[in-house]
Amino acid sequence: MKEPVHDRQLAFAPQAALNRRMPLIPRESVAGVALAAVIAIMTVLACLTAGGALLLAQASQGWRSDVLREVTIQVKPGAGDDVESLVAKAVLVAAQTRGVKHVRVYSAAESAKLLQPWLGDGLELSLLPIPRILVVDMDGAAEEDLAGLRAALARSTPQATLSDRRIWAARIGTMANAVVVFAMATFALMIVAMAIAIGFATRGAVAANREIIEVLHFVGASDRFIAREFETHFRNIGFRGALIGGLSAMAFFISAATLARWLTDSAGGAQIAALFGAFALGPTGYAALIVIGAVVTVLTGLVSRVIVFRHLRGLQ
Amino acid sequence: MGPEVVRDLNFSIAPQSFQFVTGPSGAGKTTLLKLMLLSLRPTRGTIHIFGHNAAALSKQQVTALRRRIGVVFQDFRLLDHLTTYENVALPLRAMGRAESDYRAEVVELLRWVGLGDRINASPVVLSGGEKQRAAIARALIVRPELLLADEPTGNVDPGLARRLLRLFIELHRLGTAVVIATHDLPLMDQFSFARRLVVGNGKVVMFDGVST
Repeated sequence: MKEPVHDRQLAFAPQAALNRRMPLIPRESVAGVALAAVIAIMTVLACLTAGGALLLAQASQGWRSDVLREVTIQVKPGAGDDVESLVAKAVLVAAQTRGVKHVRVYSAAESAKLLQPWLGDGLELSLLPIPRILVVDMDGAAEEDLAGLRAALARSTPQATLSDRRIWAARIGTMANAVVVFAMATFALMIVAMAIAIGFATRGAVAANREIIEVLHFVGASDRFIAREFETHFRNIGFRGALIGGLSAMAFFISAATLARWLTDSAGGAQIAALFGAFALGPTGYAALIVIGAVVTVLTGLVSRVIVFRHLRGLQ
Repeated sequence: MGPEVVRDLNFSIAPQSFQFVTGPSGAGKTTLLKLMLLSLRPTRGTIHIFGHNAAALSKQQVTALRRRIGVVFQDFRLLDHLTTYENVALPLRAMGRAESDYRAEVVELLRWVGLGDRINASPVVLSGGEKQRAAIARALIVRPELLLADEPTGNVDPGLARRLLRLFIELHRLGTAVVIATHDLPLMDQFSFARRLVVGNGKVVMFDGVST
């Protein structure tokens, strides 16, 4: 091919600004936008589920470590008993028990604060038979003697009862674990649902771009090349969806943490804090959301690649 | 399975040969080209292509053989979302070659077929003749050993048709076997050296041209 055959006026070529690397699968389509929206929504839900499970796992860990560190003693004064004297005796007995690190007595004001959500402000404790609470911090390192403490209290201060919250903590822990497992199962189902949605969208795209696939085959493109083009196309859609979904989920958790901080002093806020901690995912949690986004992006590309490959293999 | 379009064919395309496939509309010219392109499989009989039995080829082998074949479709089959340049470069891109490696080659070929100023144009805005030339350029860019062209001059004026034909002859001189399906008898008469395969009633009759 040495000599140009004609068209002298076309003997120059605008070599500058060659538009030469368009994707072979058309980038914009209604189906593509819809799929990006579906992926974004599924990513938000997956991130919320995973983030919620993480928060619950962290909170559950917090509850359990708190509970393992503490036991409480309730002093229920009878008629005519001097409550302060009973409390002092119980403190003495507790402090002498092996494994006890520190004993703290809830003041009347603290007790009132504990009861405030149920009984309201302006509480006059002296008018009510309210037990006094002693919080006993255990020394995790030493061997504990809770049976000895219970027996000593029964001897010296029968009005005092030891409340070991470990059984309750074990139940709460089991429940929290169950919720985390349930959340992870929901997360897995969402990923499966997303993969199915991607599969349908890929099949639709293959059908819509049948002519492009034919032309590519005729010009000598291998199945691998065509599948890679579809993978790139869908990975880009997946990335867009995952980015929108992931950022939305992050925005939710940041807003929730900020709101939880604002509400810390309210009764409701205290309960939320008790359940979910500070509602803060922390760096690990946010890293997990980024990983979810990356997994969604890669998954979108891979699922479409596998489906296109299978479709092409079936073609004669 | 539909009716037999062509049957009892027995012919070969020699390397570096030039032939027209002709016959009335619907006679089976396009079917014959599709069989040669391995786009259709014969219900009976065998096709040997580049020394391989087509029936025994794996998909990878079909892909490898198609890279030795250039094809110009009757309806051009240009991809509308790509530019003329990208359409012509498509076979090279499909072969995995780097864009920087083939850029000059593609631009040169586009100039050669008279589309130097339409490099960035979408096929949507090209005229029929320009689309035809872009489709031909796409077939030629891999310097194929076999060129199959289905009515390559069907959408252009007689002058441009002759120029395009000269382009095929040039390719033939460079060593490519050329098969052109057309029912343009006056055009074929201008290239009397070419062999003619006349398709009619499902059969092929060969008329050898005068050797070049």
